[in-house]
Amino acid sequence: MIELILADRCTDCDTCVQVCPTNVFDARPGGPPVIARQEDCQTCFLCELYCQSDALYVAPNCDEPVAVDAGAIVASGLLGQFRRDSGWHEWAGQSPNLHWRMGELFARGRKPVAAPTP
Amino acid sequence: MALQIETDVLVIGGGLAGCWAAIAAAEAGADVILADKGYCGTSGVTATAGPNHWWVPPDAEKRTQAVRDRNNRALGLADPRWMARIIDTTWRTLPTLADYYQHSITDGGVPHYQSLRGPEYLRALRRYAEVRGVRILDHSPALELLLHADGAVAGARGLRRQEGPPTGRDWTVRAAGVVVATGGCAFLSKLLGSRNNTGDGHLMAAEAGARLSGMEFSTYHTVAERHSTQTRSAPYAFADYFDAEGREIDTGADPDVTLPIARALLAGPVYATLARMPADLRAILPQIQPAILLPFQRQGIDPFTQRFAITLHGEGTVRGTGGLRLTDEDCQTDVPGLYAAGDAATRELIAGAVSGGGAQNSAWALSSGTWAGQAVVRLARVRGRRAREVAEATGGAGLRPAGTPDAADLNGQLAEGVRAEMLPYDKILFRRAPVLTRSLDTLDGLWRVARDHLTPGADATSRVRAREAAALVACARWTTATALLRTESRGLHRREDAAALDPGQAHRLLSGGLDRVWVTPDATAASAQVA
Repeated sequence: MIELILADRCTDCDTCVQVCPTNVFDARPGGPPVIARQEDCQTCFLCELYCQSDALYVAPNCDEPVAVDAGAIVASGLLGQFRRDSGWHEWAGQSPNLHWRMGELFARGRKPVAAPTP
Repeated sequence: MALQIETDVLVIGGGLAGCWAAIAAAEAGADVILADKGYCGTSGVTATAGPNHWWVPPDAEKRTQAVRDRNNRALGLADPRWMARIIDTTWRTLPTLADYYQHSITDGGVPHYQSLRGPEYLRALRRYAEVRGVRILDHSPALELLLHADGAVAGARGLRRQEGPPTGRDWTVRAAGVVVATGGCAFLSKLLGSRNNTGDGHLMAAEAGARLSGMEFSTYHTVAERHSTQTRSAPYAFADYFDAEGREIDTGADPDVTLPIARALLAGPVYATLARMPADLRAILPQIQPAILLPFQRQGIDPFTQRFAITLHGEGTVRGTGGLRLTDEDCQTDVPGLYAAGDAATRELIAGAVSGGGAQNSAWALSSGTWAGQAVVRLARVRGRRAREVAEATGGAGLRPAGTPDAADLNGQLAEGVRAEMLPYDKILFRRAPVLTRSLDTLDGLWRVARDHLTPGADATSRVRAREAAALVACARWTTATALLRTESRGLHRREDAAALDPGQAHRLLSGGLDRVWVTPDATAASAQVA
């Protein structure tokens, strides 16, 4: 679930308020949005994808809130990774979209069928 | 002040099917309103996924073969004509997205149209719709449908949850026809992207008089890391599974591991590793699906060398096949002027008793949306908007309590009650008559509470949740009652107490009703299947 809005990175653009499909954020006059309905978060990471200042952090746990250390997460390089790998915004052209190779995963992952024993 | 709009076409739901419906209607020259509960672009299960589309070139032999292959697997409940139609519509329509989506040029030098990244696909569809003049209302959940005195749909009502007073700003849209594209019902499982998929459209349509079909085919499950929503199944093609003692679980040769893994999860924790994935694929996984590895990296798990706990998330009717019954080739429901598209509609027509998986369901969403959007435009031209005629509201449970309103927060209580019947693997994957009967009793009790006491609440969020709670209960009852009546095992519907397929039950099952739920064989479908 969404755990962090980093105030020092947030530009108060309120994009996350608009794009969150489950209406988790509330806009606030003169400041960063607030996480108003964390329990509605569906842990889809899409707010991070749309956040051009990499000010959001979604923890992977969808079952309950977890304590996160903002300093450690900033230092980890995890912020903005989804955007980078997706080639969004300033990363356009720098991370090729290889989605068309998805079928290979299924095809090559299939276990060989054992020959029937006589 | 409430928002009042008159238009030709109202589309409820801004996921894959809803977007294509709105685009098709706008292309045909109509005024179109698209209202989404969340944000059109991130809402719905496709936005978080990587949909492939059923993609067969216009070669008569290839198409006949593709339809025959799928029809042979559909266990008697599909209709080859509908399969052929979605193949053709998908082939002709999907490339029109090219101005808004950067299709990969594959090694063969041709654009790869059929398989797309979800977030980019939905972002592209939103742009396409906006450029064509569709007016999008984000964060504007529909709450109920409006009907004319002659029984035809007249529009819908809802609220803009980010505007106006704490209760939100009410909206009313009057339209010549309405497309319900609200997705499947995932019963608040943690399936990725499914939080909004609470069956709202099913409930609204049923209140207006629509029937459902195939609700028993709602048992599809997908593996995810234990506490994660990340139900992207592709990397799990390489998974090996282990129990708590480290013994490998035999999942057999079938790529669908649901049953052995569910049995193991009922006995204790289950672990997986993706160690079999070769290095070249590991390296490009983030470029194939950028979100797949996020849950692992953020927990310090290396899924290629370590074993990690997993779970199975139920998909309800999302990759099940049940939904609103369609009465004609335009995807009209039993209610005149009300159309259903995508996962809100039954997909038995194209998938029968088995899951339409990704490729068929995406082709269905695109095609059914396109046909429904075009049909409402034709309707608008013939009958007009009828916007000045008196229309009646149809919403019941969660909007207008029949008994004493209860101030207690019943939303959460009802939702948890539904989850307790619809998510446990032993109740859903290993169905038995006594358990189904008890579930139905419990759900009937929840319905009486919802109908009599559930109140909209004092803020926008609880107004929406009340209707979601009522919809969840309604969908759970149709599903359970239908599963009880189908006394055999067929495709996604498995009965422990009737393990064999019964040739005498090769028909679809219709369901419906609110106060009294009913289930009955679909006589018309049975004859169509023979054709």
